[in-house]
Amino acid sequence: MKQLKTIRYTGMGIFLLGLLIFTITPFLGEIQVTDEIFKANLSENEYANLKEPLAEISKQTYNTGAGFGSDFKRVFNEVDERLKANEEWGKVMWTPSSDTALKLVMSANKGVVASNQLLFFLLTFGLCILGSLVYILTDLKIKGPPGIKNDGIYHDSATNRGWVGMLSFGWLFFFYIILYFYPYIIADTITLTQPIKSWFVEDEVPSKWFLYGLMYTVTMLVMGVRMIIKYRHNKYQIVRTITVVLFQLIFAFLLVEILPTFGLPGKDLKNAWPLDYQFLFDWNVQDLLANGQFGKFVFVWGISLSVIVVPVMVYFYGKRWYCSWVCGCGGLAETLGDPYRQLSSKKMWSWKLERWMIHSVLVFAVLMTVFVGYHTWNVFQNPEMENKEILFGFSAYDIRNYYSFLIGSIFAGVIGTGFYPILGNRAWCRFGCPLAAYMGIVQRFKSRFRITTNGGQCISCGNCSTYCEQGIDVRAYAQKGQNIVRASCVGCGVCSAVCPRGVLKLENGPEDGRFGNEGPIVLGNQGFELKDN
Amino acid sequence: MSQKVVIIGNGIAGVTAARHIRKNSDDEILIISAETEFFFSRTALMYVYMGHMRFEDIKPYEDWFWKKNRIDLMFDYVQSIDFEQKQLDLKKGQSVSYDKLILAVGSKPNKFGWPGQDLKGVQGLYTYQDLEEVEENSKNARNAVIVGGGLIGVELAEMFISRGIAVTFLVREGRFWGNVLPKEEGELITRHIREHHVDLRLNTELDEIIDDGNGQVKEIRTKDGEVIPCQIVGLTAGVSPNVEFLRGSNLKVDRGIVVNAYMETNMPDVYAIGDCAQFDNPVDGRRPVEQVWYTGRIMGETVAQNIAGNRKAYEPGPWFNSAKFFDIEYQTYGWVLAQLQENETDFYWEHENGKIALHVVWDQTTKEFKGVNVFGIRLRHELFDNWLKNRASIEEVMANLKTANFDPEFYTHYEEAILNQFNEKSRLNISFKKRSWWRNLLTKQVG
Ligand SMILES: Cc1cc2nc3c(=O)[nH]c(=O)nc-3n(C[C@H](O)[C@H](O)[C@H](O)COP(=O)(O)OP(=O)(O)OC[C@H]3O[C@@H](n4cnc5c(N)ncnc54)[C@H](O)[C@@H]3O)c2cc1C
Ligand code: SF4
Ligand code: SF4
Repeated sequence: MKQLKTIRYTGMGIFLLGLLIFTITPFLGEIQVTDEIFKANLSENEYANLKEPLAEISKQTYNTGAGFGSDFKRVFNEVDERLKANEEWGKVMWTPSSDTALKLVMSANKGVVASNQLLFFLLTFGLCILGSLVYILTDLKIKGPPGIKNDGIYHDSATNRGWVGMLSFGWLFFFYIILYFYPYIIADTITLTQPIKSWFVEDEVPSKWFLYGLMYTVTMLVMGVRMIIKYRHNKYQIVRTITVVLFQLIFAFLLVEILPTFGLPGKDLKNAWPLDYQFLFDWNVQDLLANGQFGKFVFVWGISLSVIVVPVMVYFYGKRWYCSWVCGCGGLAETLGDPYRQLSSKKMWSWKLERWMIHSVLVFAVLMTVFVGYHTWNVFQNPEMENKEILFGFSAYDIRNYYSFLIGSIFAGVIGTGFYPILGNRAWCRFGCPLAAYMGIVQRFKSRFRITTNGGQCISCGNCSTYCEQGIDVRAYAQKGQNIVRASCVGCGVCSAVCPRGVLKLENGPEDGRFGNEGPIVLGNQGFELKDN
Repeated sequence: MSQKVVIIGNGIAGVTAARHIRKNSDDEILIISAETEFFFSRTALMYVYMGHMRFEDIKPYEDWFWKKNRIDLMFDYVQSIDFEQKQLDLKKGQSVSYDKLILAVGSKPNKFGWPGQDLKGVQGLYTYQDLEEVEENSKNARNAVIVGGGLIGVELAEMFISRGIAVTFLVREGRFWGNVLPKEEGELITRHIREHHVDLRLNTELDEIIDDGNGQVKEIRTKDGEVIPCQIVGLTAGVSPNVEFLRGSNLKVDRGIVVNAYMETNMPDVYAIGDCAQFDNPVDGRRPVEQVWYTGRIMGETVAQNIAGNRKAYEPGPWFNSAKFFDIEYQTYGWVLAQLQENETDFYWEHENGKIALHVVWDQTTKEFKGVNVFGIRLRHELFDNWLKNRASIEEVMANLKTANFDPEFYTHYEEAILNQFNEKSRLNISFKKRSWWRNLLTKQVG
């Protein structure tokens, strides 16, 4: 036992070392952006605008992407403001300065990370994977025979919103902010994924999304192992975890990288509108339709996925088939997020808030898509038209930018994942995902799925409600003998797993009697029957 | 006509009564309890200690629920009751009158007069205060001794093990929970408890709890004279109705408060429900004092009808119950008693891993199904309830085992193995009713 604990803490140490190195990589740069590099990476217009003002910067060597980026952005924005003030619209630069800054740092970096990519890959990803696997594998022995092992979850500061939880939150929060809005800061970190990127396309420079996708997939794999070990007595959890991790690995990661090497569009084929809010964006449709048979197939598939496959599958199996078996957001929530599931609020007010928010996002997504669709339609059908993007006086570009920023980045990323240690692991899925809202409506009103309550066996202990990541007060139904039919249930099956009395079963069955016990009297009382009016 | 209903005790029995009285009437409802301000689930105390949940998570209703449903709560102790004047005398000095009174005062852990049973570090596990105490007592403890092998004993053992406190578990009988479980099941659970490194001592009785000189437990001695050092002693040798404060009044009290099938006591307008009630005439085969969660609930449902003038007798359906022993879940429907009754015969199946088992009992002559114990498999209550009510035969039950399974999807099924062995042993020849996959898709699975 003692030995095992030593191994466990060693694993933790290795992981933390890897995380530390990962976290300091942005400070290990050696960035000198020479005039040639500017010339090679900027558009002609940008280069012409910026050549003079950047002369000063090109002489300097920066240690951090952040240092270079902020200087560059200052100059860039000053020039741009001036151009706009002078109404020199032909010269105004539209590409966001952050993206341009990232591109420049990526090409100019000669730092220790950039020159030892593989080494740093191993020191970060490698150590983190190794360390966490060692840590996780000791659970097999330390936590005793297979079974529900939630001991100490509320005593542990990592999982009870204590200081470790707050630190994790801080790290994730800043990581997302940097990733979305200041990517040039982590240029060195992006660089270290080059050896992996090269497996797919030799020497292609990885984008920030490659770093993110790799982290995402690796995290799901490692935490998927943890999930399988934790629930090794529960086949539903094992099958589900393997499936959702494979969907991420194959569809969201490998195919997205591999398809382009065959000249095909690198699309995540399982990503359904409206979660995939960019589906009808002009560039996406153009990209697909320009890519021959395969592109057309992807386009038609995308539409039938949302219009036919999603509702039909929800009818037969509930929204779980997507949310906790296929979806990438759900997949991360079920693996990395599993330790935080108890933190979702079960209060009545949060349910009310949830219904308002998620349906508002759905309405927003639909409206946004109408505008974007109108614009895309015009791009194809009325190429001559002016102001193709304007409908009812609003610009489709504006609306989609607001959506991308508010919902796509802030809600899905920063809040959805960054807030795991505070709001629980499904804040996005519960409050924000428009696809979940859509499927929820089908699940609630026209589906064969329900969680059956086993007669009168419930002892109101509260494990089910506590561990419901969607904040459903499962107990409120179970203790009345009612089945659980709720729009938000993602069918993770954990309520059923943690129930110490064998009360809950996720199942698909006839719609008749789907809600279970109708009366206020629970099974076991034979004396009388009453119906709730 | 609106009356004032006062309920003493905010456990499952009292709270269910209050909820159902509210459903039926506009009566004024007041619940008085001295334990906690709000109702909580006693059955989940262990999970708070083990860190699975916070105390607030084991409260089945949010705090606003009571006001919204116009159920008044009072956090006070009832010292005595004047049944003639219909008055309660409360500790904080107030007195409260009632039109109808429901006693739902629960139980107390048994203490059998062991020397040292009131030392510091010696405790039961029943109340919220016990939870606070066990938290306190665990602070510096390395060894615990648990006395009495029932359900609460195993829970306490699991709690201590979760904190790395070594447990010695003394059980007077020759096997675990021997007055309830048949031999095979007792052995299965015994093995599992030991697998969790609990030092389970069968046929061992407590003799004395020994003081360290400062009023704190230092060790215990068994009847065999063995001395076991420990800093905590958990007394879990059953519970008895909490009726001491009612003795000496005109209320008829035996082991518990004596009631008829309508939950009425010998005093007018006074009812008793839950753990504290004792039936003068127990219903078929049940004990006069029933100390489980769901019987408290049914008694609450029943008394609410009677108070609303809808006269209904306590009539629970077939017996059922469930529990969890560390990692092994247990469910039971009908009666599988520790010893086979006259004319009964049985069949026991156990998986080779020794953790999954099923035990059925039926009548030799009529083939009537009597009951099932099941470990590591979940079964459908509704189905067994129907079978037991309709006196289904063992053949019918065995032929429908697959339908009765309530395990999560993808679980390995053992029905084939069980049935094969069953047919071999019982020399019956039962086969599963075939169901084509499309029928499964289209028809009701249950029933
Ligand atoms: C640790 C533990 C685990 C259990 N697990 C299970 C299980 O898994 N399944 C199962 O079926 N059963 C289980 N039980 C038994 C079950 O909890 C009880 O049967 C049930 O709680 C009894 O409910 P009740 O409403 O009758 O009484 P109680 O819940 O005991 O409520 C009585 C209340 O009345 C209050 N009270 C008493 N006298 C006074 C007074 N004079 N003035 C004011 N207030 C007063 C008490 O403080 C108490 O709050 C368990 C019990 C324990 C202790
Ligand atoms: S109700 Fe159960 S299955 Fe549904 S989301 Fe909550 S825990 Fe998961
Ligand atoms: S976990 Fe099971 S017993 Fe506990 S409240 Fe939920 S359904 Fe009831």
